[in-house]
Amino acid sequence: MERTHTVTAMEAVREVEETLSKLRQTFKSGITRSVAWRKKQLSALLELVNGNEEKIFKALDQDLGKHPVESYRDEVGVVKKSLNHSLSNLEKWAAPKKARLPLLLFPTSGEVLPEPLGVVLIFASWNFPISLALDPVIGAIAAGNVVVLKPSEQAPACSSFLAKTVPQYLDGKAVEVIEGGSEISELLLQQKWDKIFFTGSAQVGRMVMSAAAKNLTPVTLELGGKCPIVLDSLSNASDLKVAVKRIVGGKWGPCNGQACIGVDYMLVEEKFASMAIDLLKKTIKRFYSESPKDSKCIARVVNKRHFERLRNLLKDPLVADSIVYGGSLDEENLFIEPTILLDPPLNAAIMTEEIFGPLLPIITLKKIEESIEFINSKPKPLAIYAFTKDENLRRRIVSETSSGTVVFNDILIQFVCDSIPFGGVGQSGFGRYHGKYSFDTFSHEKAVMRANFIIEFGSRYPPWNDFKDKFIRFAYNFDYISLALLLLGLKR
Amino acid sequence: MYFDSKDALAMVEELRASYNSGKTRSYEWRVSQLKNLVKVAEHHEQEIVDALRSDLNKPEFEAYVHERDLPTSPSRTHSIHIYSHSHTHTLFFYLSVSSSTMGSMAIEEEKQTAANPFDEEAASAVVKELRASFVSGKTRSYQWRVSQLKGIVKLITKKEREIVDALRSDLSKPELESQVYEISMLNNSCKLAIKELKKWMKPEKVKTSIAVFPASAEIVSEPLGAILVISAWNYPFCTFIPDILCFPVLSLDPVVGAIASGNVVVLKPSELAPATSSLLAKLLDEYMDSSCIRVVEGAVAETSALLEQKWDKICYTGNGRVGRIVMASAAKHLTPVLLELGGKSPVIVDSGINLQVACRRIIVGKWGCNNGQACISPDYIITTKDFAPKLVDSLKQELENFYGKNQLESKDLSRIVNPHHFARLTKLLDEDKVSGKIVHGGETDKTNLRIAPTILLDVPQDSLIMSEEIFGPLLPILTVEKMEDSFDLINSGTKPLAAYLFTNKKKLKEHFVNTVSAGGLVVNDTTIHLAVPSLPFGGVGESGMGAYHGKFSFDAFSHKKAVVYRGFFGDASIRYPPYTKGKLRILKALISGGISSIIRALFGWPKA
Repeated sequence: MERTHTVTAMEAVREVEETLSKLRQTFKSGITRSVAWRKKQLSALLELVNGNEEKIFKALDQDLGKHPVESYRDEVGVVKKSLNHSLSNLEKWAAPKKARLPLLLFPTSGEVLPEPLGVVLIFASWNFPISLALDPVIGAIAAGNVVVLKPSEQAPACSSFLAKTVPQYLDGKAVEVIEGGSEISELLLQQKWDKIFFTGSAQVGRMVMSAAAKNLTPVTLELGGKCPIVLDSLSNASDLKVAVKRIVGGKWGPCNGQACIGVDYMLVEEKFASMAIDLLKKTIKRFYSESPKDSKCIARVVNKRHFERLRNLLKDPLVADSIVYGGSLDEENLFIEPTILLDPPLNAAIMTEEIFGPLLPIITLKKIEESIEFINSKPKPLAIYAFTKDENLRRRIVSETSSGTVVFNDILIQFVCDSIPFGGVGQSGFGRYHGKYSFDTFSHEKAVMRANFIIEFGSRYPPWNDFKDKFIRFAYNFDYISLALLLLGLKR
Repeated sequence: MYFDSKDALAMVEELRASYNSGKTRSYEWRVSQLKNLVKVAEHHEQEIVDALRSDLNKPEFEAYVHERDLPTSPSRTHSIHIYSHSHTHTLFFYLSVSSSTMGSMAIEEEKQTAANPFDEEAASAVVKELRASFVSGKTRSYQWRVSQLKGIVKLITKKEREIVDALRSDLSKPELESQVYEISMLNNSCKLAIKELKKWMKPEKVKTSIAVFPASAEIVSEPLGAILVISAWNYPFCTFIPDILCFPVLSLDPVVGAIASGNVVVLKPSELAPATSSLLAKLLDEYMDSSCIRVVEGAVAETSALLEQKWDKICYTGNGRVGRIVMASAAKHLTPVLLELGGKSPVIVDSGINLQVACRRIIVGKWGCNNGQACISPDYIITTKDFAPKLVDSLKQELENFYGKNQLESKDLSRIVNPHHFARLTKLLDEDKVSGKIVHGGETDKTNLRIAPTILLDVPQDSLIMSEEIFGPLLPILTVEKMEDSFDLINSGTKPLAAYLFTNKKKLKEHFVNTVSAGGLVVNDTTIHLAVPSLPFGGVGESGMGAYHGKFSFDAFSHKKAVVYRGFFGDASIRYPPYTKGKLRILKALISGGISSIIRALFGWPKA
């Protein structure tokens, strides 16, 4: 679906409304409710990913300069894994779950039946333009919904790839890709949806939720935040080496720091800082060579606007002075090399805003335990990473801080585990997905009770009297003995 | 002279010229206009009240309070005081919802004009205090949670009499009904939470995938923080349908969940049930840890002030229009919401059933449950043309068995909550195309706010009674040619909180379960799912979002935090740059998961 700027606003409105009414018709027809249809769509999506790997790599390279291995690890592979997982579990997920009812209600049975919500709108973001678009789509289809996907216009090659390719593989009556910028997003938000799934910034998240409130549409907001690393003073040299490898791979690996679960800043003890920095520098060089720009192993900054934003973060003279590694910017290629800052001022923008780029401030503390207070003084992040062997510190981090996820001794691996919920809390969003949680996010859990006419207690009905009063009290307490005595006339 | 499109165009052009001149952009202009709006509301309050009354029969709050000979308590006199300012508040609140910059101006204005006992400053102070308690960590302990839940149990056991009396004074609710739907259910909910809490709080171990081996993971339920629980409230100017109130005491049920999950809570009980509201305020203060659990009584001003604050979750029970306002104000702070709304919950009645039992179950759900003023009450019946007369006869018969000949005065029925709702309900009955359709009841008693159980047959679908939630003792019956048509009829409207079907046909049951979308479905009974804690209770679409009861309540007020534990061994270099073709091959093998392909990839063998 190629769109040009000549399309007038009126036409765009009409087109969106037509698309929606077509999708609603499809949903009403009931075809998306059959598990067979859902599986067919998911298999088709798997074919899409398998058959277009090279095209995806190319689009990701164009938009973000991602290396194919990184693209496979963070995008293609993630989607494939989700698809395989959903395909092999779908029957189980879609089946009604029996609920245990109190004996009193025998022979009534109860169950929770997941049903699709209807027409869902998915806003993807530009940093993982394929996986953050298709992963929620998998959940929406698995749950039996019809979908509109709005890819990010800031990753235009991926957006147009999705718009062109998705209709070739998936049922066009049920899944639609709508491309466009903020004006199209606004237009979409004016429509009535049964669910909106949004990945992006808190600022836009608020707008999405306000718009959703008009139609009482539930939303899932996948936002970001300043995700910290707590690096304890590891005494074992090989542990430290592994930790630093994981930190470097986690900070500059996925889209060069432009990831919602990417590392934002790092907390270390004062006495440990210089050792950690030395090792970080060495590892960066080993991973990305002396000239990271030419290594092809590191993504660039998505666009000029973000490049400017990152440059401004470094402009503050006190911040600039705190750079201990890197710091060179190449405007022409939108490239910023891995940059480490030591103790920049805490009130500077770099420490109050989400960085979303290849800059890593290191904040030193007297004792690593102070990191708990430090983290709690900021809005709740999407993830907290802690490298420590100290059981006590681990326990304290889990119980005294709040974040979407906590990962010990590694970075980003939570994204590939389908068995754990992925989602934020507080400023980092709400709602969760991945694996079964994706299915639940796009389903309504319908309570179903089935009674019959066989057993009938007169005591449920007025006119009320003392006997009925007692009956109901015992019944509510599931006090079957008293109930039996009462019925036999033995209890007063 | 009519206002035609030419006039409209001229007007818009004139306005646009003013806009283009830029004068509306200045801060000063905006403030001056807002101040004028305040003046309008202040100086013409009586006219506004009169207009509202003539349009909507909206009774003045003062009148409402004085009409009822309740003992005056401090909290109630204070509501009267507040009401005199509420119109101005509404404007402010409305503006602050629509735009944040204007909102902050409006807040400043509000501070100047209204001298309220509970304004935003007070609300913010309450939240600050509670947050401090939360940060101290005391609500996280199992002991604290259980002690508070036991506090609620103690409160309802010891003060049962007072609760029953308050409910009688607010709704003239029959004692047994208060027992069944309010006290016992709340009691059960607490007891279940106390019994299961240890299990609920335990982190859930989960498996991790081979790609991240060796690692272990668990899901920890952590409290969200500060929770606001709001029970039905009337939002003037915006709600043309007054807010609905099911169970004033059961409004504590979300509080049970919030406490079980280890949160601090503010409860705003419904001002529509003033006696219950002030009783809850008194009792919770007496029995609960007031550094963590608070009751804020009041109406529009107080609720608006509360909604301006940052919460970690807001739970609201009432109607969809107010639900939208609650959600929009939650959006400003990215606060998740749990909305329990209502809707027109249908009952489908098939032939060939035990009609007597079916009718009893319908009656007890409709009239025996706060006289139809409950979010899960049956709203209307759908049956076949042929069966309708039999159904009506049987309903009449059973109604007489339950409530006697003079049903208007039966002590076993609640009355209508207030004159406002009474007027709304009589208006539904007075509509021309509806008034001739009454086949049972129809008597009303304005002084005592009573309406007899009323059945209407074949009301037109475009009537008022069929286009809004009835929330009262009126039960229309719609007829269709064949049973299956009833599903289309239901699905053509918005999604209700509950749907009921009476039938013996297996196929019809399955069809019903699979095609009708509602919060909950019950086959061959009504409203019983409300009392089953193993089922989630919550709406979908227009009937709300989020679910609670039992473990679902605990989950609703918890954040499910994923925690992944890794050691330092088991590190594969393929994860790290510099990236090579070989690493790509191994990655692919790992993700597709086949052992043979992993081995092949590791040794660099070509694909089989």
